[in-house]
Amino acid sequence: MSDAYSISPEVEAKAAEAREKLDAQVREIVEWHFNPETGSPFWLEYAEKLDFDPRKDVKTFDDLNMFPMFEDDWLRGGPVRRWLPKGLADKPVYVFETGGSTGIPKSRIACEDFRIDYELFSDTLSEEHFPKGANWLMLGPSGPRRLRLAVEHLAQHRGGISFCVDLDPRWVIKLIKKGWMDHLHAYKDHVIDQAVSILKAGHDIQCMFTTPKLLESLCEKIDLGDTNLKGIFSGGTEFTPQWYRFAVEELLEGVFMTPTYGNTLMGLAASRPFTKEDNYKITYHAPQPRAALRVVDFDDPTKEVGYGETGRVMLTTLTKEFFVPRFLERDEGERETPHEKYPWDGVSGVRPFHGFASSVVEGVY
Amino acid sequence: MLHFPVLRWGKAYESLEKDTVVHFATGEPICEVSQANGGLIERDMRKARRARDLLLEFSIEELIEKLKKAGDLFTDGEVPVGDSGVQTPEDFVKAQSASTGLPEHMCRKNMAKNAFVLQNLDKILDALTRGLDMELVSRGYGTDAAGRKLSYQAQTPVLGMVLPSNSPGVHTLWMPVIPLQIGLVLKPGPQEPWTPFRMAEAMFQAGIPRETIGVYPGGPDAGAAVLNACQRSMIFGGQPTIDRYAGDPRVQAHGPGYTKILFGEDQIDNWEQHIDMMVDSVLVNSGRSCINCSGIWVPRHGKAIADALAQRLGPVAPLPPDNDDAALAAFTVPGVAKAVSDTIDNDLNVPGVEEMTAKYRDGDRFIEEERCSYLRPTVVYCESAEPPIAKKEFMFPFVTVVECPQEKMLDTIGQTLVGTIISDDEKFRRDCIEATHIDRLNLGPIPTIQLDWLQPHEGNIIEFLYKGRALQVAE
Repeated sequence: MSDAYSISPEVEAKAAEAREKLDAQVREIVEWHFNPETGSPFWLEYAEKLDFDPRKDVKTFDDLNMFPMFEDDWLRGGPVRRWLPKGLADKPVYVFETGGSTGIPKSRIACEDFRIDYELFSDTLSEEHFPKGANWLMLGPSGPRRLRLAVEHLAQHRGGISFCVDLDPRWVIKLIKKGWMDHLHAYKDHVIDQAVSILKAGHDIQCMFTTPKLLESLCEKIDLGDTNLKGIFSGGTEFTPQWYRFAVEELLEGVFMTPTYGNTLMGLAASRPFTKEDNYKITYHAPQPRAALRVVDFDDPTKEVGYGETGRVMLTTLTKEFFVPRFLERDEGERETPHEKYPWDGVSGVRPFHGFASSVVEGVY
Repeated sequence: MLHFPVLRWGKAYESLEKDTVVHFATGEPICEVSQANGGLIERDMRKARRARDLLLEFSIEELIEKLKKAGDLFTDGEVPVGDSGVQTPEDFVKAQSASTGLPEHMCRKNMAKNAFVLQNLDKILDALTRGLDMELVSRGYGTDAAGRKLSYQAQTPVLGMVLPSNSPGVHTLWMPVIPLQIGLVLKPGPQEPWTPFRMAEAMFQAGIPRETIGVYPGGPDAGAAVLNACQRSMIFGGQPTIDRYAGDPRVQAHGPGYTKILFGEDQIDNWEQHIDMMVDSVLVNSGRSCINCSGIWVPRHGKAIADALAQRLGPVAPLPPDNDDAALAAFTVPGVAKAVSDTIDNDLNVPGVEEMTAKYRDGDRFIEEERCSYLRPTVVYCESAEPPIAKKEFMFPFVTVVECPQEKMLDTIGQTLVGTIISDDEKFRRDCIEATHIDRLNLGPIPTIQLDWLQPHEGNIIEFLYKGRALQVAE
């Protein structure tokens, strides 16, 4: 291991503490989901097929390896209530979807998770670039996705109001697959024109969520320096170091932007602080202990790769609303050491998993 | 290691993302290529107009002279390469062969082909414009020798080129663009950065302003950005690419040629006289070009012709790339050659179809080496046009010999980039002249790979870049 991957004793100590918290979270969440009084129908039924008793045998994060890999097909189709823990039966329930360009989308239930996740993410945002009380623009996919409600809650949590311009990624993917490029450009213009109108309408919007592609398109129509924007957060596998550098040097005109990594199954992974001198290397850390990311061997997902080595990103979600053990993401990246601010493993260089990268339409919105 | 930066209107830009190009046989890294992200290209295209403005400061004749000089530098000169050093012509040939798998003598031939076009741009432009005064093109309007008022309007300040890796000969298509006072935006194929960078540097050395040419290596995102941001582009790809851009006036898509030789009833009995022409049409450039013949259509003697071709082509085997007799290029992308071979084997399981080469070949069609693979020439006899393989084309020396009555041929052959017609039957020749699905027509035994550079290829580039329109000037 090179010096770049050495861990200081201070961070080592913090990491040990974080690990204890993660193990405690595992025990609490497994107990909740597999307890007949509080658990969800899906996991209670699933437990009957297991050759171990999760409540007795799963004590640490590593013990989750006793579970087979989580299959995302389990999330397709209903009844969606089989995922709702009995302990939350009286709560209002949202359903969020992911995928769904063709066929049945994956869906997950949520009560408060998206709010909690984005409040935790809010703690990572600086007052300088994301001022409390500032208004926001959510420029991206809404519809059945979590993003709109989540960003709106983030804005409200920070005392602001969020405007929203929707983009339907399923339609965008269809347009690309059909080769209807004129329609694609017209739809993009339709979305960006709405965003430009709102940014110019005197609402004093200082913060924005958007995607890399939409940011590029927005900057074709408007100079960010002419707006009141101070901070942007964005994400996705297109958010590469090169793209980040390009955005900083040629698009943002001094507006701050922070990368994030997340999806409907997980909360929002924040990026550790970095500088231009680090060649814009982006390292994400999951919102532990509510979710944990591991970088695992391509052929044997029970094995983590070494620091700096490449592997597939594996997600585990550990909340009372949703338990997802050992879910292989469609991304790969390099395993990174714990950081003082986030004393647990991270992942850098996130990109589509090479095993099926060619069949996935990435970065379309 | 040699590094190619992105050339943003001639200015070097080192990207944080680099692609390593490796030797096809050894896996040894040859060079690193900075990768442009799509947004960067679209951003640069805001300055596309500047490229044309700079070129308009020269006359077309001056630009043609500069490109002749660039042609000399390209073939014989030591030209700056990457962000340091210079490259001799022999360095270029070895590097291009190493990354593409094309034998070195074929690289030299393609290099000569590019240089030939540059040396003859005056004649080529004269032919493509049908003798138009180039000053009229440059000025935008004027009067021709017969006193007719004419006006031509450039449809774009730059031409985007999304280039392939598999055949360096296609670069001839963009050679006439700079003299037409249109800038160039080149997106090289991942295994073939050599020609675009060397040619761009040769042009700069010859006095073409750096700000008129951009070279943007990158992934699919970069290709999409070039197509999106340029008002006129060319792209090279497979049939899905052709289908995707069909009917898009901004994009000229080049793909499979489905090039054919057609024998008429009157000449088929003389087929043996034409066997060399048929072999050359299939084999030259390792069958990689869209102008290589993939179908020979005959009213009779199909099996005998296929057998004769198989006797010539079947024994052809891979040789080292520096061997002047090497006739086969390697497949450098893992899995492609095997998939092609499996497809052919599957297509052979149909009645009335027979592979004729197998018995003249010592071994299998598919040859796998440690880091690359080869497909040996394959001749397939089809007793009718019905089997799916009859109209297929693959990127190696592959040809079907299809039996089909002359009167049904033109209705059956499908799209054909080059059609060589062996017939003196005036009606058949006339029907071929009228057939809109044949692009380049050779009347008589002309190998399909023999191009007349003074004639348009897959659409006249002048008509693609310029539009005739009305323009009146008050007296």
